[in-house]
Amino acid sequence: MNDSEIRQAFLEEIHKIAPDIEPADVSDDDHLQDDLELDSMDILNLVTALHARLGVSIPETDYAQIETPTKALKYFASRHGP
Amino acid sequence: MSIIGKSPEERAAACWQPTSDALEQPTNDLGRGLLTGLPDGSINIGFEAVDRHVAQGHGDHTALIWLSKEGAQQTLSYGDLAAMSSRFANLLYDHGQQKGDRVFVAMGRRPELYAAALGTLKAGMVFTPLFAAFGPEPLRTRMEIGDANVLVTTKSLYKRKIASWRQEMTSLRLVLIVGDEAPDDCVALAPALQEASTEFLAAHTQTEDPALIHFTSGTTGRPKGAVHVHGAVQHHALSGRYALELQPGVTYWCTADPGWVTGTTYGIISPLVNRVTMIVDEAEFNLERWYGIVERERVEVWYSAPTAIRMMMRAGSEAARGYNFSALQFLASVGEPLNAEAVVWSNEVFGRPFHDNWWQTETGGIMIANTRAHDIKPGSMGKPLPGVVAGIVEPDNGGLRELPDGEIGELALRPGWPSMMRDYLHEQARYEKCFNDGWYLSGDLAMRDSDGYFWFVGRADDLIKTSGHLVGPFEVESALIEHEAVAEAAVIGIPDETAGEIVKAFVTLNSGQTADEELERDIRGLARKRLGAAVAPREIVFRNALPKTRSGKIMRRLLKARELGLPEGDISTLETDEK
Repeated sequence: MNDSEIRQAFLEEIHKIAPDIEPADVSDDDHLQDDLELDSMDILNLVTALHARLGVSIPETDYAQIETPTKALKYFASRHGP
Repeated sequence: MSIIGKSPEERAAACWQPTSDALEQPTNDLGRGLLTGLPDGSINIGFEAVDRHVAQGHGDHTALIWLSKEGAQQTLSYGDLAAMSSRFANLLYDHGQQKGDRVFVAMGRRPELYAAALGTLKAGMVFTPLFAAFGPEPLRTRMEIGDANVLVTTKSLYKRKIASWRQEMTSLRLVLIVGDEAPDDCVALAPALQEASTEFLAAHTQTEDPALIHFTSGTTGRPKGAVHVHGAVQHHALSGRYALELQPGVTYWCTADPGWVTGTTYGIISPLVNRVTMIVDEAEFNLERWYGIVERERVEVWYSAPTAIRMMMRAGSEAARGYNFSALQFLASVGEPLNAEAVVWSNEVFGRPFHDNWWQTETGGIMIANTRAHDIKPGSMGKPLPGVVAGIVEPDNGGLRELPDGEIGELALRPGWPSMMRDYLHEQARYEKCFNDGWYLSGDLAMRDSDGYFWFVGRADDLIKTSGHLVGPFEVESALIEHEAVAEAAVIGIPDETAGEIVKAFVTLNSGQTADEELERDIRGLARKRLGAAVAPREIVFRNALPKTRSGKIMRRLLKARELGLPEGDISTLETDEK
């Protein structure tokens, strides 16, 4: 999976949980909670969905590392298998 | 689950000694004894929270340590908070507001919010907090019911959620925008505060003068605006002291947002009245951040909620290892019942258990609590505080009958405590329905055991408790049927191990609409836009028909029973069934 595929997967899963957020409207530095207004239950659901889709398990202590698309991309790129 | 016993030292350290002579006093006097009061019997919450501490020589004492999202820190003394809130009170009068006017606040946890709340109360006006994560619909509905005169908010919230309908709200005369700039029809708060005087004498409000309006959801109809009076501060003071161990000098962190009643009563008023140092964190829940705050700020009393505690549990004990929690003296939880496992877990991880307590928007303060001096039965909400008389009742020939220990009925309280709501705005009939036969009826089903501990069983109505927030199904259903494809909607709460319950919707579609994933997302997206993430359904399923009574009322209870695989109960009124 290349960077753009990871980014797309990340935004698609956000859209599934919060359909009010259109992937095209999300900026790379938008904060999931502060800017996109996901709440803590949304974040839990997102983490579960990303685990299923990308095969990367995200422990609670790492949630801050996926709080923006830029950070998430970096996080998944370093963990995702070939 | 086994009892968590308290050592003699722990009991001795408690603010409330259940055997002490203090109980001989009437409890109003007990609360009053923690206050100063104003001449001629007046009482003002804002004065009790800040001004009197300054007058008594504690102006330099730290009132609030604010932690910004970005990691900045700002410390406000009681003197600072008194001056800021005086500026806000003067600003309100300078802009033509009058005693009794309604001031609404919708914003995140920033210092201006605290100055606005206290300034409004000192001014003798009525303060209403709104949850900033609400969508435009819940914000508008609450401001309409409350006849809002003033709104304090941020530029971003104003633009996204308020500007489009602001002109239609004729009662709204002043919109204050946090910061240095504001849209044309608003006033920038920072320069306006700067211009206002730091001198303001708190209004001589009377015990029964309205001070706060807190909104809560109803099963049917619109949200209810519960009115609380200045005299409520007697119970705010007492319950903070006895149920939360708030004493002068203690470092205290209430994680609840002031947009809800807990965050105002125990996140602003009670701690300041008890002259503690409050930690205020602007950011949302983040495990490492939270553990870091408890350690670094040496938090002594921590008041949080089951959803957050269960998230800590999910992360496991390992995530807490390495942090120093030794400053913690007392932990408490509210919002929904705290499960026994979480109580036991917290005792293992923090060295002290979370003490669950129970109260509602209508009660204005904690009524039943696990306190420091009492052994904990994990899963129980504890025992009534001094001055609170609670019982378990059931209907009996138009009146009520008190049930013996061990039987399940409705949790009820003897009316008359100082922080009891005095009205639902414009809804006298609904208010009166809460009282019968000398009891206030809570709508919660509960049981009292033979040791006097109360145990929550469930709601007596269709209200949903999700992440500690009470959600009324009617408000959600109303938003869903605004979608062009939706004909009817029914909303219930389904159990969730983290949130307690999550909101689930059943909808029928108008003819010609296709039930598919895309439509489900479209409806859910609209609901989130209108209501906000905390209130909108997490899941929507399609049905061809919803179960209804002969009078056409949707039977949410039946949908819920089926969803949970429970007995369907009395279905004699069922006319059309679910398809």
